[in-house]
Amino acid sequence: MKFTLSWLREHLETDASLEQITTTLSTIGLEVEGVEDRGAALASFRIAHVLEAEQHPNADRLRALKVDTGDGRIYSVVCGAPNARAGMKGVVALPGAFIPGTGITLKQGEIRGVKSEAMMLSAREMGLGDDHSGIVDLPADAPLGQSYVAWAGLDDPIIEISVTPNRGDALSVRGVARDLAGAGLGRLKPFAGKTVPSAFASPLKWEIADPRACTWVLGRALRGVRNGPSPKWLQDRLVAIGLRPINALVDVTNFFTFDLGRPLHVFDVKKVHGTTLTMRMARAGETLQALNGKAYALTPEDGIIADAKGPEALGGIIGGEPSGCDEATTECFIEAALFDPVRIALSGRRHDVRTDARQRFERGIDPGLMPAAIEAAAAMMIDLCGGEASEIVAAGAEPAWRRSATLRFERLGGYGGEAVPPDTAVGILERLGFGVEARDAASVTVAVPSWRNDVAGSGALAQDPGLPAERARAAAEGCAAVEPECDLVEEVLRITGLDKVPPVSLPVASPVPAPSLTPKQARATLARRTLAARGMLDCVTYGFLEAKTAALFGDTPDALRLVNPIAADLDQMRPTPVASLLLAASRNAARGYPDVALSELGAAYRDITPDGQLAVAAGVRAGATPRHWAESSRAIDAMDAKGDVLAVLAAIGVPMAALQVTTDAPGFYHPGRSGVVRQGPKTVLASFGEIHPKVLAALDLTGPAVAFEVFLDAVPEPKRRRRGMPDLAAFQPVRRDFAFLVDADVAADAVLRAARGADKALIADVALFDRYAGDKLPEGKVSLAIQVTLQPKEATLTDVQIEAVADRIVAAVVKATGAVLRA
Amino acid sequence: MTDSMAAGGDLAALQAETEAQLAAAADMRAWDAVRVGVLGRSGSLTGLLKGLGQVPAEQRKDRGAALNRLKGALEAAIEARRVVLEEAALDARLRAERLDVTLPPRPFPPGGPGDGGIHPISRTIEELTALFGAMGFAVAEGPDIEGDWYNFGALNIPDHHPARQDHDTFYVPAPPGGDGRRPVLRTHTSPVQIRTMIGQEPPIRVIVPGRTWRADHDATHSPMFHQVEGLVIDRDITLGHLKGCLIDFLRAFFGISDLPVRFRASYFPFTEPSMEVDIGWNRKTGELGKGGDWLEILGSGMVHPKVLANCGLDPRVWQGFAFGMGIERITMLKHGMADLRPFYEADVRWLRHYAADPLSPPSLAEGV
Repeated sequence: MKFTLSWLREHLETDASLEQITTTLSTIGLEVEGVEDRGAALASFRIAHVLEAEQHPNADRLRALKVDTGDGRIYSVVCGAPNARAGMKGVVALPGAFIPGTGITLKQGEIRGVKSEAMMLSAREMGLGDDHSGIVDLPADAPLGQSYVAWAGLDDPIIEISVTPNRGDALSVRGVARDLAGAGLGRLKPFAGKTVPSAFASPLKWEIADPRACTWVLGRALRGVRNGPSPKWLQDRLVAIGLRPINALVDVTNFFTFDLGRPLHVFDVKKVHGTTLTMRMARAGETLQALNGKAYALTPEDGIIADAKGPEALGGIIGGEPSGCDEATTECFIEAALFDPVRIALSGRRHDVRTDARQRFERGIDPGLMPAAIEAAAAMMIDLCGGEASEIVAAGAEPAWRRSATLRFERLGGYGGEAVPPDTAVGILERLGFGVEARDAASVTVAVPSWRNDVAGSGALAQDPGLPAERARAAAEGCAAVEPECDLVEEVLRITGLDKVPPVSLPVASPVPAPSLTPKQARATLARRTLAARGMLDCVTYGFLEAKTAALFGDTPDALRLVNPIAADLDQMRPTPVASLLLAASRNAARGYPDVALSELGAAYRDITPDGQLAVAAGVRAGATPRHWAESSRAIDAMDAKGDVLAVLAAIGVPMAALQVTTDAPGFYHPGRSGVVRQGPKTVLASFGEIHPKVLAALDLTGPAVAFEVFLDAVPEPKRRRRGMPDLAAFQPVRRDFAFLVDADVAADAVLRAARGADKALIADVALFDRYAGDKLPEGKVSLAIQVTLQPKEATLTDVQIEAVADRIVAAVVKATGAVLRA
Repeated sequence: MTDSMAAGGDLAALQAETEAQLAAAADMRAWDAVRVGVLGRSGSLTGLLKGLGQVPAEQRKDRGAALNRLKGALEAAIEARRVVLEEAALDARLRAERLDVTLPPRPFPPGGPGDGGIHPISRTIEELTALFGAMGFAVAEGPDIEGDWYNFGALNIPDHHPARQDHDTFYVPAPPGGDGRRPVLRTHTSPVQIRTMIGQEPPIRVIVPGRTWRADHDATHSPMFHQVEGLVIDRDITLGHLKGCLIDFLRAFFGISDLPVRFRASYFPFTEPSMEVDIGWNRKTGELGKGGDWLEILGSGMVHPKVLANCGLDPRVWQGFAFGMGIERITMLKHGMADLRPFYEADVRWLRHYAADPLSPPSLAEGV
């Protein structure tokens, strides 16, 4: 909300400086968004009288002026303005002055042989507009030698504050003044509400047909008014805060919207059909032609003001064009009403109308101000437009707004952290308009003023339906008991200054805190670091993408499609982070960086339940390994992704020996070059593989690219087990190599498992060290070569023992895989 | 001309016969034979089209239209079968390109560990975890897609509340059988505070880092971003503790032991009193800690009694504070980053520039 300093001073008697005022506003919760001091830059410019204006002897387009600035000296000024003439009044700048429109500091000079000791200014040179057709031409009665900005009313700084949703009362100059007075920055002037005698019976009456539309309304007619432009002081104020002056009657309603925070509406009586204005809900099919030039199709949820013909206003939001006041209006009817904030908020949102009235009504209006506001508005309208006022007509009744709240002084320290002395606290509350009803050594009970609907208000709870009844009831009781007190603590502390509350470091139960991560959370961190240590760049990507792209990676249920996406290509929650990372790889390739290794710890969305949002460690590698003298470059392949998966699983404590790999990976992988890592037949821990060529093509990737997903939620919590004693046998190990010829579809893992199982006590390790398939072997066969490490525990192995184990190994592999031992 | 022809029966028969042949075509060669047999120079449909001239003039128009319809249908069927067969052929080829996925992977990552690193957001979350961990906070997490009650209602933000409009919420469709309210992409991590208060008896001391979402996209707003919130609930926690906790955190996080911190009254529906917190900086140079200007950095307050009661905590017994701040914002300030957008772009040049060393996780011993 905007207001000017002089406007504020009409309500606040203070000698505080502008800076004190703005600093205080921000401290007490009325954050200053900006201060526009239009006059500050122009303070040195004065009103001057041009005594002579003669043709410059050496320049056709220039004139040599003699200018009286009122300080007893006549200045010689060279001026190029076509309108410069003897006898005119204008604005002069003297040497040393900064000219805002040109950005230069004025110096005395000589122009083509004629001295120029000052400068006559155009509006543009003063930064007051675009007009540069000539120098400013002031009326003849402009006072010579006076400050121009003071005369023009530009020396009134405009302050803009941001008002939080709870403080409807601060959307008024008077409310702001009250808060500043509360903060000790002066005294709130008494409300100078004028009253007007009633001279005739009102031609219009109110009817409340539906209390949902309005609970209380007052009205008053004026007759014999001469509407027209409002006076300069009123126009200046409205313009300063960004409003457009319309005509005196309408300007008065706008003035009170800001001055008292009391929106009013004014009807032209002659344009109202019938003699009754009715507060009711709109009927389907009704429309309102509003004052902003738009037509609104009303719904039965909108509260309206209607005459005999139909809707004349969307109550509390915007008035109707047909019954509005214009310069021909001679008889008008002022409306001051109370509307339900919730209904106003919903109607305003439904029709997307933002008005100053709506902003105030949806935050709550001071119900105690109704009679005074309609008197003050009538008085000002009669002041400006003449005429006389009718009786006040009403419908509905003043709502019950009186509430009390109790503050135990101990809570200022015990809740607010600062033991404000009771007298200080009570003084603040009183200055803010709270009336003391009772006070003792420990507490004070105050009456909440009518304008503070946020204090001790009655907003409903929204308790968790799953709470046990007894617990819910106790919590609700407790809330009712302490909430008003919390409101008062807040009032006191925001005024004394939250900055003054002494900070206290949190007490810790132990100087050595418990771990802050659960084992599951720690695993995510470990996974991220493991992948980064394997050369992957940890990424953060959007969790949504284009539905068409998402469909390449899995199901795209409607339940996971945004109702209101911000862009068409960000509308579907992703089935896997692999999708986002492949898109990222594609963008990097387009930038000239096709060889990437990207990982992300992020969600894969299966459904909207908490369990359907999986924590996944995903990664994508694309392109080739780097060129290096010691290591030649090669294309990335599925084994690289498998290496990442196994590294993550090992890092987060999965027992590796029990893992199995199957070939039923999701469809976005290459069906022959992808796998699923399982712990037992049911638990899927990870998938990995080359990306399907069709997916690559769809994402403009030339490939190769591989990816993996590790499903962190699926990994069982590792048991915290102590390791047994290591077996550090004193005997030399024996290593033996075996090469088997197997069918090409025999899994290498089957050979390794069979060999390992041949003698669990003696065999310490089995490693595959060669795999060969080629034209030296029969079609459809591969050669797998393994090294078996035998670790004797009791005695060095004899040749016979070694041969026996070797035979068992061969037999086991042959039996399990149909292999043939190669010579 | 037969009666069957007049009724178009021959055309229906041709269509049925062609579709059967297509279905039977198991490879591209067979498919091509069907195509040529129908649409080729001497194909069956081509023949019928050529014969149109012999049809009596009064029937020619209808017959011609029927033939064109048939031609369109057959061409579509032939094309559809081609797509199916080609996909099957690709699948077969891919299946033939078999890799034994049970093979042990290579012992070293491709290209070595040289380029890897931790994203600045992840790094900041690790730093937050370390610093708040030292003050006894645990990390709490929760889902991105949330119920309306968890994101708004429980936090004292009813439907009509003006604060809802400030949130620019993303919605997904209301699930069938529910109360008709649409689930939201959480607009803050506060729903996890609610889940924590419902799921755990006080005392509570948690921070909640995580992804958050708002329908806003420009140079300084991203539709997805990250927040960290904190929640402390106990019997005797005051606003003084809130200030102490935040001052301790901010000074440690930015590594400036005398960082000026300012608290201003504000309003949030879920706290009371509410405060905005500013830190001192130099607006011109961006240097933190000196310069006389103030920069708003986070919001905080004492947990509103309604929020406690909504979660079943009796505000006569329990009280505490909550705060929230943008992770990107504090990360950008700490590292002097200029632009928000590259955070989510996964541009390897930016990542390499800003990534943190994975082998040096933040530690209190070394300073975060």
